[in-house]
Amino acid sequence: MSQSEPAAEASAKRSAAQPRAPLALTVNDKPYYHEGDPQMPLLWFLRDTLRLTGTKFGCGVGACGACTVLLDGKAVRSCTMPMAAVAEHRITTIEGLETDALHPVQQAWIEEDVAQCGYCQAGQILAAVDLLKRKPKPSEDDISAIGNLCRCGTYPRIRKAILRAAESIQGQGK
Amino acid sequence: MSLRDPSRPDAGRRRFLTISLAAGGALLIGLRPARGEDLPPELLGDDLTQLGPFIRVERDNRVVIGARGCEIGQGVMTSLPMLIAEELDVDWSQVRVVQLPYGYVDTDKGPSNKYGEQGAGGSTSIPQGWKDLRQAGATARWLLVQAAASEWKLAADSLRTEAGQVIAPDGRKLSYGALARSAAALNPPDQPVALKSPEQYRIIGQPTRTADARAIVTGRSRFGIDEYAANALVAVIARCPHLDGTLDTFDDGETRKVAGVRDVIAIPGPKPDAPLDGVLAAGVAVLADHTWAALKGREALKLTWKEGPWAKESTGALAARANELLDKDENGAEVRVDGDFAKARKQARQVVEARYEMPFLAHATMEPPGALIEIKQDRARLVASLQDPEGASELIARLTGLARKDIEVRMTRAGGGFGRRLQNDFVAEAVLIAKAAGRPVKLMWTRDDDLQHDFYRPFGVHAMAAAIDRKKRVSGWSHRCAATTRDYRNGAKRPIWSGCLGPDDFPAGLVDNLDKRFFALESGMPRGAWRAPVHTFQAFAIQSFIDEIAVATKQDALKLQLDLLGEPRQLPYQGHGGPMIDTGRLAHVLRLAAEKIGWGVKRTDGHGLGIACHYTFGGYAAHGFEVSVEGDDLRIHRAVCVADIGRVVNPLGAQAQMMGGTLDAVSAALNLSVTVKDGQVQQKNFPDYPLLRMAQAPRDVEVVLVESSADPSGAGEIGVPSAAPALANAVYAATTVRVRKLPLMPELLKRL
Repeated sequence: MSQSEPAAEASAKRSAAQPRAPLALTVNDKPYYHEGDPQMPLLWFLRDTLRLTGTKFGCGVGACGACTVLLDGKAVRSCTMPMAAVAEHRITTIEGLETDALHPVQQAWIEEDVAQCGYCQAGQILAAVDLLKRKPKPSEDDISAIGNLCRCGTYPRIRKAILRAAESIQGQGK
Repeated sequence: MSLRDPSRPDAGRRRFLTISLAAGGALLIGLRPARGEDLPPELLGDDLTQLGPFIRVERDNRVVIGARGCEIGQGVMTSLPMLIAEELDVDWSQVRVVQLPYGYVDTDKGPSNKYGEQGAGGSTSIPQGWKDLRQAGATARWLLVQAAASEWKLAADSLRTEAGQVIAPDGRKLSYGALARSAAALNPPDQPVALKSPEQYRIIGQPTRTADARAIVTGRSRFGIDEYAANALVAVIARCPHLDGTLDTFDDGETRKVAGVRDVIAIPGPKPDAPLDGVLAAGVAVLADHTWAALKGREALKLTWKEGPWAKESTGALAARANELLDKDENGAEVRVDGDFAKARKQARQVVEARYEMPFLAHATMEPPGALIEIKQDRARLVASLQDPEGASELIARLTGLARKDIEVRMTRAGGGFGRRLQNDFVAEAVLIAKAAGRPVKLMWTRDDDLQHDFYRPFGVHAMAAAIDRKKRVSGWSHRCAATTRDYRNGAKRPIWSGCLGPDDFPAGLVDNLDKRFFALESGMPRGAWRAPVHTFQAFAIQSFIDEIAVATKQDALKLQLDLLGEPRQLPYQGHGGPMIDTGRLAHVLRLAAEKIGWGVKRTDGHGLGIACHYTFGGYAAHGFEVSVEGDDLRIHRAVCVADIGRVVNPLGAQAQMMGGTLDAVSAALNLSVTVKDGQVQQKNFPDYPLLRMAQAPRDVEVVLVESSADPSGAGEIGVPSAAPALANAVYAATTVRVRKLPLMPELLKRL
């Protein structure tokens, strides 16, 4: 690897010279390979290798949820998820949530003007997407169970946005 | 977007408008010739349609407005451009907002900033923008009207504007887009132009959503941590865990074997007693191709440290020392003394006393500190989440020897600030590493780094005493505070009590015999500003104590405080937010908060109510809480925040600030403290610094913004100080347990 080449691109490339068998995974519907340390958390693969920086680093110990992504549709904390554990799995990050239009949860987030600093919000949105998939009509307690941290104190608007998104998804018959 | 083309004949005639406020507050509008390097890249486009430093009108009548502030979650990306757009008289839907970089310029009179004030601190962005950004918008509008007047050969004062168009008396219209080129070539007015009257407002006062919300919810928003540069190495630092300790030995043999690690660099720490104006701690930096390699490399370092001069410091010893100072009561610095408290105390029918202990707090911004820096022979470029870009620019100049004009500072959206980023220690680290490595560096901090190496909110004890006369009135008030000073090795020339006790804060001017004193506690903990500094630190004691006086004298706490505030009047207030405080506005928010929480209605359900109010940086706020304690659970059933922040620029944003300020205060009050043992910070990550989660938070914060035509104050810090005492007062009402030591939950559970 040359010094001037971003680490990212270099390790994303397949190279027959690498002794380790590359790990294959799907991120936002695209196939990728990882040839480096299989213990590297998914978070750093997404950020440093793929430059998908919407997934945030907050604590590195799975405590804050800023790094939340969907693993086969379920919310997981990517900062403690080694690459070895995500091989052959399907990852969705905040960048992959929008398809033709904004996801109803993203739309609700804009309408309720949830974000303040905005840093934790990708994780909050993906946690909400996961919740609404499991519980299309979530109770207040179901929403409370989302344990993602927000230092700005946006929780009341997160609640409103989740309820709004739930209605919107039901309305669309999704 | 097109780039500037110097070959175009009219490019040389281009003029820039500079608007800045002189020290006395007078508006200065000047002209200087355009030079290529003056153009902020954000406003690059058709360079002939830029109207002043903040505005470009495109041909299709879309308007680009530059946001000059540091966006740390307080909403300045939206609210500051709203001020410009209002006076420019465009539709908000026409406007696209872009972040401006730091706008350093050399002038004949020394360093200046073409955008004015860009830092974030003290809830000053809106009050400042109210002065100069509205004028920037109005001046651009003036130019457009002049251009239309000359096009139509009509008098400028016969024309009006609406939604991005100039309209003639006969109904003819010209869009701003069509006028922009000729307007940009005109000389700006030599006097400030008239501003709209409030009844003409179409944007100010309208609930307006976050300008870049779509980028945030799609993950495209770029924070400091999201910036990369070709050829940059990622750096993490193992810092000395001992306050003012030093590196003893290090062995990087294993580190250098980690795939991806490129270099290891030792960084000397600040000398004890020397100013903390560079790095905060000694350390060893590991540079690698990517973050994971850097982290693994750091883990593999074999380090030994030498303890510093504070090896015996502990929170317990600090608390004991504070109480000892307060017991001895010798040589306290006089903060404010009115009348004769000792005499009032002697003559009192009753004396009420209580002490309150405040912990060190960390900022714990969701995005940890960090910086991306590139240093070349003749220039440098910093991209980071900042609150003080000017300080960053000065620091880089000092550490590199480069001229300020050759240092580019770009602010990104920041994942929280709360005062942490008023310090630029992380910038200093990045500069030193980049210089040593000869490569651009992206410095990353982990959460452990952040909690262990912060500029903490001070620790201290407030000793309160009130003399109560025969009519149950407060005839004397003593507030003595023993605390670690907020200013610590920063060269500030403020009085030592500045960050801990305010001379003119409640009940100054309301009680004849007032005695405020300060005792400084020695500590090696770095300290700094934490959201609403001084106010979050003192309001808990003041507003808990008022409630205690009411209980001890069997009076209604609301009536007691309203009686003290008395007839609405202006009292002198020398601190930030002055020069006057209006007792009527403070009483009004308290009355409204009490009313809304249901004060005065006897509860039979075991729920307790608490209220409190405080004046912060020109804004008035009061809180009401309704709580119950069931088993080990504190349930917050309702939270009310009433604020009078003058005219509200963006109600949706101001409500968010009050909601967030309230919850931030609840978060800190319930469970947060940083403790020291053997000269080391004990907290390492969120499991031992447990920020509020949704399950513990009240489901809503009922925010009321008082309608006002007063000039706006800020909003970011106003909603914080009165929340914790209102909560503790409610806990007392529900349980009869008076918590005088924060954080509240551990104390409450001990005493239930």
